[in-house]
Amino acid sequence: MIEELSNHLPILLIVSGLIGAFLTPLIGLIRKELCSFWASFITLIQFFISIILFYQAIQVGRISYWLGGWEPPWGIEYAIDILNSFILVVVSTICLSVAIYGRKSLLKEVPEKEVQLYTLYILLCTGMLGIIITGDVFNLYVFLEISSLAAYALVAVGDRNSLVASFNYMIMGTVSACFILLGIGYLYLMTGTLNMADLSRLLPPLYGRPAILIGLALLIVGLSIKTALFPLHTWLPDAYTHSPSAISALLSGTFTKVGIYVLIRLIYSIFGLEYFLRNVDIFVFISWVASAGIIFGAIMAIAQDDFKRMLAYSSISQIGYIALGISLANNFALAGSLLHIFGHSLMKTGLFMVAGALIYSKGIKRVSQLEGMGNVMPLTMAAFLIGALSMIGIPPTIGFASKYLILLGAVESGEWVFVVVILFSSLLTAVYFWKVFEKVFFGENKWKKGGKEIPLSMLLPTMALAILSLLGGFFAPVLIKVFELWMSGVIPGGV
Amino acid sequence: MESFQEVSNLETITSVTPALAVVTSLIAAIMILIFRRNPNIRETFSIGAGLVKFGIVCSMIPAIMQGKVVQLDILEFLPGLSIKFSVDAFGLFFGFTSSFLWIFTTLYSIGYMRSLEEHAQTRYFFSFAIAMSSAVGVAFSGNLFTLFIFYEILTVSTYPLVVHEESEEAMSAGRKYLAYLLTAGVFLLFSIATVYYYTGTTDFSFGGILAGKGVPEDLLKLLFITFMIGCTKAAFIPLHSWLPTAMIAPTPVSALLHAVAVVKAGVFTAVRIILYVYGVDLMTNTGLAIPFAYFVSFTIIVGSLFALSQDNLKLRLAYSTVSQLSYIVLGALLLTSSGMIGGIFHIASHAFGKITLFFCAGSIYVASGLKNVSELSGIGRKMPITMISFAIATLTMIGLPPGAGFISKWYLALGTIEANQLVLLFVLLISSILNAAYFLPIVYKAFFEEPNPSNMDGVKEASPFVYIPLLLTAIGSVIIFFYPDYFLQLAKLALGV
Amino acid sequence: MVLDIIDVILTKYNYIIYISLMTLGFYGMIGKSNLIKKLIGMSVFQYAIFLFYISIADVEGGIAPILVEGEVTYTNPLPHVLILTAIVVAVSTLAVGLSLVIRIYREFGSVDENKILMRLKDD
Repeated sequence: MIEELSNHLPILLIVSGLIGAFLTPLIGLIRKELCSFWASFITLIQFFISIILFYQAIQVGRISYWLGGWEPPWGIEYAIDILNSFILVVVSTICLSVAIYGRKSLLKEVPEKEVQLYTLYILLCTGMLGIIITGDVFNLYVFLEISSLAAYALVAVGDRNSLVASFNYMIMGTVSACFILLGIGYLYLMTGTLNMADLSRLLPPLYGRPAILIGLALLIVGLSIKTALFPLHTWLPDAYTHSPSAISALLSGTFTKVGIYVLIRLIYSIFGLEYFLRNVDIFVFISWVASAGIIFGAIMAIAQDDFKRMLAYSSISQIGYIALGISLANNFALAGSLLHIFGHSLMKTGLFMVAGALIYSKGIKRVSQLEGMGNVMPLTMAAFLIGALSMIGIPPTIGFASKYLILLGAVESGEWVFVVVILFSSLLTAVYFWKVFEKVFFGENKWKKGGKEIPLSMLLPTMALAILSLLGGFFAPVLIKVFELWMSGVIPGGV
Repeated sequence: MESFQEVSNLETITSVTPALAVVTSLIAAIMILIFRRNPNIRETFSIGAGLVKFGIVCSMIPAIMQGKVVQLDILEFLPGLSIKFSVDAFGLFFGFTSSFLWIFTTLYSIGYMRSLEEHAQTRYFFSFAIAMSSAVGVAFSGNLFTLFIFYEILTVSTYPLVVHEESEEAMSAGRKYLAYLLTAGVFLLFSIATVYYYTGTTDFSFGGILAGKGVPEDLLKLLFITFMIGCTKAAFIPLHSWLPTAMIAPTPVSALLHAVAVVKAGVFTAVRIILYVYGVDLMTNTGLAIPFAYFVSFTIIVGSLFALSQDNLKLRLAYSTVSQLSYIVLGALLLTSSGMIGGIFHIASHAFGKITLFFCAGSIYVASGLKNVSELSGIGRKMPITMISFAIATLTMIGLPPGAGFISKWYLALGTIEANQLVLLFVLLISSILNAAYFLPIVYKAFFEEPNPSNMDGVKEASPFVYIPLLLTAIGSVIIFFYPDYFLQLAKLALGV
Repeated sequence: MVLDIIDVILTKYNYIIYISLMTLGFYGMIGKSNLIKKLIGMSVFQYAIFLFYISIADVEGGIAPILVEGEVTYTNPLPHVLILTAIVVAVSTLAVGLSLVIRIYREFGSVDENKILMRLKDD
């Protein structure tokens, strides 16, 4: 029985979520409060499955699961290699911790809506895991839409402005999904297959064809919207600012990262680096756009007073780093990007959790109101401190490790402009976080002393993510070794 | 110059001792947080950690004196970047000086903070312990990367000390402090990444690691500049202005961190880079040494001139620090054995002298609330211990016997002659005269002018926690003059002569 | 040259139709300030892509892919199946969009983007 199940882990990951989502209303009939525990339970299962899959992928290299026993390319394949099992672990970790965190936070910010919220929550998580695990591009589109629809609805339950934010998000998201669908159509038109492995085999002879280029361009534009890559980021600040904090935390940590993952998959696995080096030098374009995004996001973040909005702009900047690492296309930079996906998920989710904690306990949304909070909520603010230091890239945090790798990548490519961009933007990051530090730790204590910390169920995930991002720097060597197993297959020559 | 050799093939001993020295004060920091409600236990941990740390550092002396190197590889952090401790004579020199002086500063801090009933004392002692950890970490780093990590932690951990007062002025001083030092960190990081890219290592080695690695010569020069900007902690003019600004911190902080730990970390890094990353040969061949020596000479003179015009005692001391720090770098840049010995020796002699002076400034402030030189007439009669110590430390600063500064300046002067740089010798002389010009009037005022009753009424020595440490450090600087062998030996070992 | 263009128009007219529809839909989404019109634009945009998929499935002389005796050419059934899924997605998106518009209307009393933005600024 156990053995039988363990052969079907990839599909169990998805099915458990789908069944979980549809059972949520039934559980809500018994008792509404149970829904949040149910969501935590489901995400916990998904977390464990992801860990096992990651472990197996390291052992075996590539697991191929045929849906319904149909052999690919005719059937849908779930293909798990080191890259996506790693992203699975990252995403499911965030899903789990936000589910635990959200119990109290969502109850306070969006009362009386647990049933609907958690149905969508599980659906969103499952959709993202589906995007990551699938080896079939059309299946990917379907999962993308499942999770996007859940995300639009979840954003819309925030404050008054969130409706408009969600509508704009939906319009942008649909444009992006349509571009992706169209791009897939072009690839299918040229190759006659939807399976990723099959595509990567059939594409090289067709490298020179314009239709392939159009398909690629559509896919990249579509994915750039999903990942909020500058200048296609316009939906992100509003959506993150006005949605409930737990949802901002989830989206910032996972959804944009999933988009980045698909981008990496597209560039490095489906098309292959060869195509970009020989045929289209799109990397130059991406890297300049990413650098502009890094600086733009950081400058905008400095200008914000709304705490969540500041974090949102900071996300745009950090996503720029990841994209820059991808487009530098060497071992250091790519490993740095992968590490930054992990690191940024931990840090940014943790920081949004802190933002949620402030709203939960004091109703504070603005940086200027934070004076003296360090005395009122010392542990939460310690988590903020760690997360922010990691964002700036102070060693030995994970943020330092990833930025350093991307920096080395830029040095290796001889791209001195990007070296300057990376270093300069670290300083800008320091500026906007230091604005908060000053208020929190040194400002005059406006709030009466002896205030309350947030409940343990919120504090624990926040602290856990902060500690992970602090110690993450020490896992970095291990993770890089794991990445190298995968990268040796996609970067010709290697290091 | 033929005599610098075989330093890199020193016998190495693997031991956890260097890491222990760093961790001791980290543990103390945690204990300080835990016992924040009980100041006496909290301070016991501070003092205890200081003693234990100093003990650990001392335990390495015998091995180092035999010309060995104590090493510890902790883990490979990122490709080619391991956390590596390696204690050689030079590192021990700095580590010994700062951990020794930490003990006195802790005692002094207790007296100072309690006399003034300062707020947020836990944060103060906590940050102090972390800062000391990282200062010793800088001293014991075996490669650029480890050094960088501790260098950055040092920046961040001293920030709460600078803004301790939490006034608007302190906050803006803190911003300036960070802006300078974090920017410097970025330059340092850039340089390290580039060095790693070309050489595949960041380990220190006396002969230098950059030579013969195919680095374009222009890049070598650019890199040297970025490295030196990275050493903004060494307060070269025009990148010095964070240091006077940081004087808003409580006096013990200025004393230990901004006269010993932080600024010396900057100087130490600069010397490490000059001698252990570039190496004597490369410095000579690229022709970087002498122009940069002139550059730091400029700092020496101009720093002294600035000091001359300050009325605030702490600011005067700060500018004096700016000037004195550059002696050390100048010594290394002379690239002759005497010059380098003089430079390294000056780390200790300046540390003992300047910390005493700052302690005295703090003592005066605690006892009388006075901050300006012009108000100090006759204070020597009211606070004899403080002002006698001040006078002794002044001798060290000027370079007169029996102050330790005499020995370092002697070697520096010899070095300029060996290097045939008579202009630099002249710089040393001028700056000694300037030193005398801004320190001696204070001593004169204190002892020979009539006290102004409005300022001096009821002024007497502050608590023994305040005046005993400063007396001891003043005596320390005299002892170094009479028994310089230990420090000289270390300095010579560091250079392999 | 002119003949070439005419040739392209005649043989690849399906592309031209889908691209024009797409442009039309895109204009509706971006250019219109009425939220309902935006949603209509969105639907047109999506359906244009569906048409594209359906048209590339066509095989000359092919019949509907239902198994019959004898040697016949079938059109490619896969895109049809894909588009069935995509239509479901499009309908759900439209449903979410419309329900959002209803909520927005209740909250702000208008479906005009400019007026809504004005009210948001007043807050």
